[in-house]
Amino acid sequence: MNSPAQPSALIKTEVLYTGLFVVGLLAPFAVYPTFLMKLFCFALFASAFNLLLGFAGLLSFGHAAFLGTAGYVCGLLVRDSGVSPEVGILAGTASAGLLGWLFGILAIRRTGIYFAMITLALAQMVYFLVLQVPATGGEDGLQGVPRGHLFGVIDLSDNIAMYYLVYAVFSLGFFIIYRTIHSPFGQILKAIRENEPRAVSLGYDVAKFKLLAFVISASLAGLAGATKTLVFQLASLSDVHWHTSGEVVLMTLLGGLGTILGPAVGSATIVTLQNELADKVGSWVTVIMGAIFVACVLAFRRGIVGEIQALIQRAGIR
Amino acid sequence: MEIFGVPTALLGSQLLVGLINGSFYAILSLGLAIIFGLLNIINFAHGAQYMMGAFIAWLALTKFEVNYWVALIAAPLLVGLLGVLLERTMLRKLYKLDHLYGLLLTFGLALIIEGIFRDQFGISGESYEVPEALSGGIHLGFMFLPLYRAWVVVASLTVCFGTWFMIEKTRLGAYLRAGTENPQIVQALGINVPLLITFTYGYGVALAAFAGVLAAPVFQVNPLMGSNLIIVVFAVVVIGGMGSILGSIVTGIGLGLIEGLTKVFYPEASAVVVFVIMVVVLLVRPAGLFGKA
Repeated sequence: MNSPAQPSALIKTEVLYTGLFVVGLLAPFAVYPTFLMKLFCFALFASAFNLLLGFAGLLSFGHAAFLGTAGYVCGLLVRDSGVSPEVGILAGTASAGLLGWLFGILAIRRTGIYFAMITLALAQMVYFLVLQVPATGGEDGLQGVPRGHLFGVIDLSDNIAMYYLVYAVFSLGFFIIYRTIHSPFGQILKAIRENEPRAVSLGYDVAKFKLLAFVISASLAGLAGATKTLVFQLASLSDVHWHTSGEVVLMTLLGGLGTILGPAVGSATIVTLQNELADKVGSWVTVIMGAIFVACVLAFRRGIVGEIQALIQRAGIR
Repeated sequence: MEIFGVPTALLGSQLLVGLINGSFYAILSLGLAIIFGLLNIINFAHGAQYMMGAFIAWLALTKFEVNYWVALIAAPLLVGLLGVLLERTMLRKLYKLDHLYGLLLTFGLALIIEGIFRDQFGISGESYEVPEALSGGIHLGFMFLPLYRAWVVVASLTVCFGTWFMIEKTRLGAYLRAGTENPQIVQALGINVPLLITFTYGYGVALAAFAGVLAAPVFQVNPLMGSNLIIVVFAVVVIGGMGSILGSIVTGIGLGLIEGLTKVFYPEASAVVVFVIMVVVLLVRPAGLFGKA
């Protein structure tokens, strides 16, 4: 990871990403599109979260607030103000970015465990606000959001059309994250994660970098949330609940913290598991999620993608 | 009689509710602070362990006819024992890693505990009768004071100050404080630090269960009662800072009272007032009211 990439390795990575991209293009003809759309929304959500925890070392326990708020903003605008879906998504993303900025300026005043507790508490505040504001529909959530016509032309009520929009949104978000990680900005984030005092002594304004990372991560989480609202045509209270904040941590941890593909793999695993288990085991789903959490922390800290990378590296040395 | 246009009976009863909530905040944040001091982890399972305390009391009464007073001692012991087991088998493996892993592990444990109780008992909630010796109440002239509620406040304050006394004034407490400062040196002086850590976690968890038993007759015994409370307690901890034992107690009770007052004067804000105070404290004094920067 740290050594400069070999040209052959670079080509291999390009082949891998191109291959995955093509698979994504063909996927809706093999797998139920609604399931795929859910998967990609959560994959983007987890990737955005990983940008913060995996690369800047900041554990936010309140990311559901960004997913949920963007979903409600997008849903309200599309349903009640009649704006087109692309404007709804952009507005949702912007609202999450703004909220992220607010959370950020408060939370980066503390580090480590306090940072996690502050983001959790702020997100809980957002939860109560969403519950109480009349426009959000309280316990029932925001229902009956029309998908509308993209750019006024493409009818999104068609699942395949909607799928390609979700896929485009995910690919764009993923590309932004990929570029951010590999930019000088991303390198500085890693430096802060590894040794904050040293980054300060090198003259970096650490607070500013953390805040920017937080805003980018929150915006992309919002992008995922707004898109999800259009897919399911509703924004629900569970999107802002702390369970969702915990879920995204689990997805990232299971897939591989600080790896680029890890969060997507982790969220695919969790979403599939939830789909398979939901009607079979009832409330044991929570227990199973908790058990995976415990197993990941105790014995499997590198996650799926991290373990595979370690395997490849070991094979390469031999 | 009225104060600021609010009947004193209403004001008094809301302040009492605030005082009770504040007592729970105090015990729970005290437990979190003690555990954090020595183990450097935030025990996310604290809420689940509080809920277990309440459920053990309820189960003991309904299934085995074990009365409240026995449960008040037995439930903290049982949950504390479970805590000791968790520390020995799991938490212990994480001390050398980033402190955030402790938070994540205990979050997973909280999900497991909560899920099991939800599966067994549903989410509708069970009620626990006030023990006979504490039923009824006294007329104070301006308001009615239910005896049990007065007992909750007295019992939690006693436990809080007892804990404070143990930590600040006894030899065991001195070991604990020294271990918080520098575990390596304490170990070098021949004190069994791993045992001290196990005991500390067990004690912190037992405090949560004790609060749970106290809460059983006041609130509904419900699998989700802990997770709803623990996030507020996290905000309390951020506000107070975890540096001082007395600080945790004072902050907990103070915030409970403020929450009670908010219910009287601006009920819509009562769910978020603690979080709003947290925001203000972070802006003015980021280390917390009693925290060391």
